Amino acid sequence: MSIDKDTARRVAHLARIEVAEADLAPLAAELSGILDFMEQLRAVDVDGVEPMTSVTPMTLPWRADVVTDGGYPDKVLENAPDARAGFFTVPKVVE
Amino acid sequence: MSALAGLTIAEARRALRAGEIGAIELTEACLAAAEASAPLNAFSALTPERARYQASLAAVRLGEGDAPDLCGIPLGIKDLFCVDGEPAQAASRILEGFRPPYESTVTRKLWESGAVCLGKLNMDEFAMGSSTESSVYGPALSPWRRKGDTTPLTPGGSSGGSAAAVAADLCLASTGTDTGGSIRQPAAFTGIVGVKPTYGRCSRWGIVAFASSLDQAGPMTKSVRDAAIMLRAMSGHDPKDSTSSPQAVPDFEAALKGDMRGKRIGIPREYRVEGMPAEIEALWQQGAEWLRAAGAEIVEISLPHTKYALPAYYVIAPAEASSNLARYDGVRFGRRAALAAGEGITALYERSRAEGFGPEVRRRIMIGTYVLSAGYYDAYYLRAQKVRTLIKRDFETVFADGIDAILTPATPSAAFGIGEMADADPVQMYLNDVFTVTVNLAGLPGASVPAGLDAAGLPLGLQVIGRPWDEAGMLDVAYALESASGFAAKPEKWW
Repeated sequence: MSIDKDTARRVAHLARIEVAEADLAPLAAELSGILDFMEQLRAVDVDGVEPMTSVTPMTLPWRADVVTDGGYPDKVLENAPDARAGFFTVPKVVE
Repeated sequence: MSALAGLTIAEARRALRAGEIGAIELTEACLAAAEASAPLNAFSALTPERARYQASLAAVRLGEGDAPDLCGIPLGIKDLFCVDGEPAQAASRILEGFRPPYESTVTRKLWESGAVCLGKLNMDEFAMGSSTESSVYGPALSPWRRKGDTTPLTPGGSSGGSAAAVAADLCLASTGTDTGGSIRQPAAFTGIVGVKPTYGRCSRWGIVAFASSLDQAGPMTKSVRDAAIMLRAMSGHDPKDSTSSPQAVPDFEAALKGDMRGKRIGIPREYRVEGMPAEIEALWQQGAEWLRAAGAEIVEISLPHTKYALPAYYVIAPAEASSNLARYDGVRFGRRAALAAGEGITALYERSRAEGFGPEVRRRIMIGTYVLSAGYYDAYYLRAQKVRTLIKRDFETVFADGIDAILTPATPSAAFGIGEMADADPVQMYLNDVFTVTVNLAGLPGASVPAGLDAAGLPLGLQVIGRPWDEAGMLDVAYALESASGFAAKPEKWW
């Protein structure tokens, strides 16, 4: 499966990574190279094989649905590049 | 001074408890060695204040006769682990300035066992790489050089700083993490011991996530005994990690006997890969001979899906990474891009991530995004997860047939030079993981043990793969190899 420039653009956008127009063609070539390597998987007979969902046979543990942590907004915000008045900030998203 | 930093954990534990050396003296010796190691670029940050404070606490505990195994033992910590209030960047620009206000479970356990934090160690960005060349701090260098040659060599990766620091005697031991071989490959490249435990043995809480179903923390040490001591301190159930196992943690050190009588060691024929250097093939046979001499029965086994492990890994790991790394958005922590007037939140995300992630991380996120996207999910991701089931089944079959542990080479070559792989395509670099990824895919424990030197004088390692939860048995095999090889080579100091 080879990736063209439009697919590379679409994947970059889905991944929310800005890629300059001039870099899309080399990116597409690079991604195609990696996907070629993965093509080997097509040679495996996987009929009737369950996909692995848990590497160790265990069920996720349950716990009571109660608050176990929190109450320190300052700590939560202290690494934010731009926090104001107890909030994270983002560019304006509504007109 | 440097003689103290060259001690093993077991030696230092004895000398500290006997009062022959002091915890503060030992920490100062390591800090001095670490401060004088700039050319290696092994540490990304030193934490001398914390080290001296923890050493003083350890000195008190030692004085009171309440000294756990790691009391007063100076360690280096891979930058991937969060240590409360210290820099933790995962060697990425996107986490520039980040100081976690919390402690990873593994490091908390180490401090509770009395260990001392010397600082944070260099690595590949987000643990994606095999050479530390993708680090925002620049590459770490191996203390080893080829005979008569000053070419700078890689200590391997992703836990390259951890390996270099232990091999160069800047600390007694270090923590690493292993998603596809990131503990075992650098350990093999630098002549030290590296252990990736069974998935779920060590809590992943507070460790920057790469691929959650594959990541495990583990010790990187100067001896198998040290690995056993340190692994016990790092292990145990943690309610904060839902995949952490409630299994009891045995005394791994007590299991080290080196008596291989009655053990059946498997030699997988599929690990004899094309183009493997003759020296590695010879070392592998030598390893099998050592175990046979110690009483083991050597059995040729087959793990038929081995050759599909790398392509399956390079679907699954990037898929999980693309999901895990979605949290780096320029809003809650780390680097945020400057925007032009009128640009909105999508531009904020896209530019912050473009500026913050290096090329290999961007590449893997995009591959992961692609294999998870509508129309390709079944063809790539779902198929890879089925192949993963088959790879795990290969191991289950041989273990059910009575194999106790498996012996393989740790890496397909000795350490390569910094920049030597620069022109190779990404897939060439991925081949470094050929002997190690199967273990992560199957959730098994694996250990890399130094076993000899190649013609250029560089270390080569062997890998022991254990049954799930049988790190004790696996470490005992590693101990038998270590005893037989008598590996004691150290790099000559040039830094």
